[in-house]
Amino acid sequence: MIPSLFDYKRASSAAEAISLVTEYGEDAKFLAGGHSLLPLMKLRLAAPSVLVDIGRLKDLSYITDAGSYIAIGALTRHMDVETSSIVKQHVPLLACAAGHVGDPQVRHRGTIGGSIAHADSASDLPATTLALGATYVVQGASGIREIAATDFYKGFLESALRPDEMLTEIRVPKMNGAGWSFQKFNRRAQDWAIVGVAAWRGNGGSGVALVNMGSTPVLATDVATALASGASVADSAELAAAQADPQSDLNASAEYRTHLAKVLVRRALEEASK
Amino acid sequence: MKISVTVNGQTHESDVEPRTLLVQYVREDLGLTGTNIGCDTSSCGACSLHLDGEAVKSCTVLAVQADGSKVTTIEGLATDGKMHPMQEAFMQNHGLQCGFCTPGMVMAAIGLLNENPNPTEDEVRIGLEGNLCRCTGYHNIVQSILACAKGGK
Repeated sequence: MIPSLFDYKRASSAAEAISLVTEYGEDAKFLAGGHSLLPLMKLRLAAPSVLVDIGRLKDLSYITDAGSYIAIGALTRHMDVETSSIVKQHVPLLACAAGHVGDPQVRHRGTIGGSIAHADSASDLPATTLALGATYVVQGASGIREIAATDFYKGFLESALRPDEMLTEIRVPKMNGAGWSFQKFNRRAQDWAIVGVAAWRGNGGSGVALVNMGSTPVLATDVATALASGASVADSAELAAAQADPQSDLNASAEYRTHLAKVLVRRALEEASK
Repeated sequence: MKISVTVNGQTHESDVEPRTLLVQYVREDLGLTGTNIGCDTSSCGACSLHLDGEAVKSCTVLAVQADGSKVTTIEGLATDGKMHPMQEAFMQNHGLQCGFCTPGMVMAAIGLLNENPNPTEDEVRIGLEGNLCRCTGYHNIVQSILACAKGGK
């Protein structure tokens, strides 16, 4: 399958990339690793008239310890997040989730920024960074702003990014030794999760987010509130799907997903509470 | 668009449409048909080749993204008529049945050992999660890779 025709522009800096998408408007799309966008273009579910290739902006590929949080450049590949000693030490839940994205070949190309900007609720990293209370830094024609992960996901493949804005950095608070678990339920090794759960617990708090339980990744705050009020893991997990609106599809019915979310959240919290 | 790609040690200056996929470029422009197109949706791994030393799925990379890069395909593995140790291991251990997934399996397997030279059987199986064998002949594929790793190659 070959994508429909498009013009290809290669940006040599973030500023040039933003200026190019500003010039071409809403028909222009950023191309990073291409592992979310190119499959859509091949299936003609997306047909941008201009691709602005930001894949060579090596200065946006980095992982640094910024004190209370880890700063990850948007063009950092999944493989580099998965194997980073800084990420493994300070946000091990994210390293684990990055290692569950696709397969090794996909992780050699796909980027954390691409995955988040694509805003697919079935992807692992939007929910994981949501559970961890991440902040996304975006740069646009009118400057730089920060968007909390809780304010970022607006609908199916829809985010708070404006057409002229580019995600440049993901800031993930350090977990400071909190327990954690990543649960991904699927039928074949490399598939998207039918339901997934990213959870952490410790230092007087917790965070639970769900993969593929609605049109956006879902932060299950009811579960965290129940845990904070002293409810058991089993009772808290019963609230897993209370804020979700799962779809039925070829893989699972909405009812099955709801059941699965409760089971997986319980397993995740049991593991995170060890 | 003009691109320059070094494939199996030989540099090619080509003029391609931006929408040309890397797999299409190596197969149709360069005539290197050892790299297969299977699912065409980055699921099956039949199109795996090495881009700057790492295994990637060439059905999901544009040729223009490979501009300036080094590509190795299955045709580039043998040297002086002698098979790569991984190819030899697949032959010795009967690591193939119909053969369609084999080029992608071999490229993924070499990439796997580059990153983890002494994998356990479990690590080999997990490392091959991006490659499907429709003959379900995984057992001997895994044995081939373990044999190649034990051979220190």
